[in-house]
Amino acid sequence: MRWMWIDRVTELLPGQRLVAVKNVSLAEEHLHDHFPADAAAGLPASPVMPASLIVEGCAQTGGILVGHAEAFKHKVILAKVSKFQIDRDATPGCTLRYTAEIERTDDMGASVNCKIALFDFAKPEAGFIDIGSIALMFSHLDHNMGGAGQAGEDFPAHNFVFGEAFKTLLRSSGYAV
Amino acid sequence: MTRDDIFAKVRDVLVDALAVDEEDVTAKASLVKDLRAESIDFLDIVFKLEQAFGFKISQGELFPESVAQDPRYVKDGKVTPDGMVALKARLPHVDFSSFEKDPVISKVADLFTVDTLVNFVEKKLAK
Repeated sequence: MRWMWIDRVTELLPGQRLVAVKNVSLAEEHLHDHFPADAAAGLPASPVMPASLIVEGCAQTGGILVGHAEAFKHKVILAKVSKFQIDRDATPGCTLRYTAEIERTDDMGASVNCKIALFDFAKPEAGFIDIGSIALMFSHLDHNMGGAGQAGEDFPAHNFVFGEAFKTLLRSSGYAV
Repeated sequence: MTRDDIFAKVRDVLVDALAVDEEDVTAKASLVKDLRAESIDFLDIVFKLEQAFGFKISQGELFPESVAQDPRYVKDGKVTPDGMVALKARLPHVDFSSFEKDPVISKVADLFTVDTLVNFVEKKLAK
């Protein structure tokens, strides 16, 4: 499945909260480039989950929550990352947990806060520990640009945002779509 | 709440929403020209003002929406006299005096300054 940065939805409280997990694996090719060994500097390879992909995972978690709240009738797109903070790296063998909560929503869009937690299998007794947070704004594309009678570009009528990959993720997590 | 108190809270909202420095948020600063607000920021500002002041802002109440898309109100890229009446009725917190002289629709966004937001909140709290 392409460009999915969450593995499973573990909790869904419609219109309020969605929790998803992402297992960080050394089988993911990008970890070998982020960061490779630097022989000249004498540094070994240091595989770390890129923060940008953590942001994408949070955006997918929040986006599904916002889309699900209106039965996926809107094209929900990430419009703004207001704040992002992460305090430690996620390395292979760790599990990231994203807890997205809708702060405010209306016809135009939604604001979502997402907490990032990490489970380190080397220290299972610690459980999930909070390592960061992010504030996101989502836009309902049909209401802000394009669409019948409005200025701007026209977008396809079908919901190209929530494709088969998202539906498969929800189904495999045990949620009907 | 005094106008100064409202200004201070509006300034906090803008610093948070637009990632600008406190000293840049002056009464006359334009949200778009000076503080570099983009379209999604307007929704963010609406949500954050609601949180800060504890009231609800309905769609189109603070920033104009349907007027710009309505052919009765806009002709050849300019707001018509009917459109001007509609805008003034819908947005009593906005000072249209200089805009009226050359009501080019693309300049509507320039009307929104920090003062406009303070006016809006002041009127809303007085209700």
